Amino acid sequence: MTDVMEIEERVKKIIVDQLGVNAAEVTPEASFVEDLGADSLDTVELVMALEEEFGIEIPDEEAEKIVTVKDAIAHIKAHPA
Amino acid sequence: MVTTPATGLEGKVAVVTGGSRGIGRAIALGLSARGAKVAICARNPEAAQKVVAEMEAAGAEGMAVAADISREAEAEGLIQAGIKRFGRLDILINNAGITKDGLLIRMKEEDWDMVLDVNLKGAFFTTRAALRPMLRAQSGRIVNISSVAGTMGIPGQANYSASKAGLIGFTKAVAKEVASRSITVNAVAPGFIETEMTAVLSEDRKKSYLGQIPMGRFGAAEEVAALVSFLVSEAASYITGQVITIDGGLRT
Repeated sequence: MTDVMEIEERVKKIIVDQLGVNAAEVTPEASFVEDLGADSLDTVELVMALEEEFGIEIPDEEAEKIVTVKDAIAHIKAHPA
Repeated sequence: MVTTPATGLEGKVAVVTGGSRGIGRAIALGLSARGAKVAICARNPEAAQKVVAEMEAAGAEGMAVAADISREAEAEGLIQAGIKRFGRLDILINNAGITKDGLLIRMKEEDWDMVLDVNLKGAFFTTRAALRPMLRAQSGRIVNISSVAGTMGIPGQANYSASKAGLIGFTKAVAKEVASRSITVNAVAPGFIETEMTAVLSEDRKKSYLGQIPMGRFGAAEEVAALVSFLVSEAASYITGQVITIDGGLRT
């Protein structure tokens, strides 16, 4: 039973760790590249970290659609392990 | 206090493609002797197993994997097998290479494809698979074994020369992609090294090549291995995207 709040917190923590940003900046609408300063390799690593944390595999075509914090959370919720 | 020399590889895990013969074998044994656990692959598993037996006889750990790295699944399987057995991956040596010589005017498409598939596409598959654990670890060493064929061109080896030049461009591009993660990617371009690959050269050609080498001799595979061992060590942490030629002065 994965609690919805728990998923959001875990995703945010990964983003904070991976991109070295403050938790306060990780708002739902924040874009990894535009707002959180991620480069293309950062976004690849972020997806890898999400895959590991949640024990899932995110196909490249899906990964490309994960642009904002909200997108990442929505993807994880829609694809439980 | 015991200090590990900056060129020591204790605790590191390496994958060497084409590790059963020639330069690859010398590299595998060289990394093993410096303390790394080494997985080698070859299309002929018995030959690879013999090299592993040599490592084990010296008290080191190694493993042999039968793989044709020109096939995506086998190349990725090799990387996964090394990680599964040894728990991590620090070093990848893209050494596997074949020749299908002939003048270009008579070169068959299959001879072109086979050489490019093993020598260049194989490195693409193994490197892509190896980068995942290296990015996660924020460290790694990749060395691509190119050749002076790739920098000067060797007649009768348009396919081989193209594949080895391709590895140089590949090296430089990937080096720039992952440099910020402390992963180095370099190419080594050996000149004429005494291996089975050069043993098939005619006496006349050998003599003609020797005449162009200021040191007056072919190199030993162990000399290439020593360079590779340095490039994968901590001591070489600021060297990336380079092509290091090792050829007795042939090209300078």
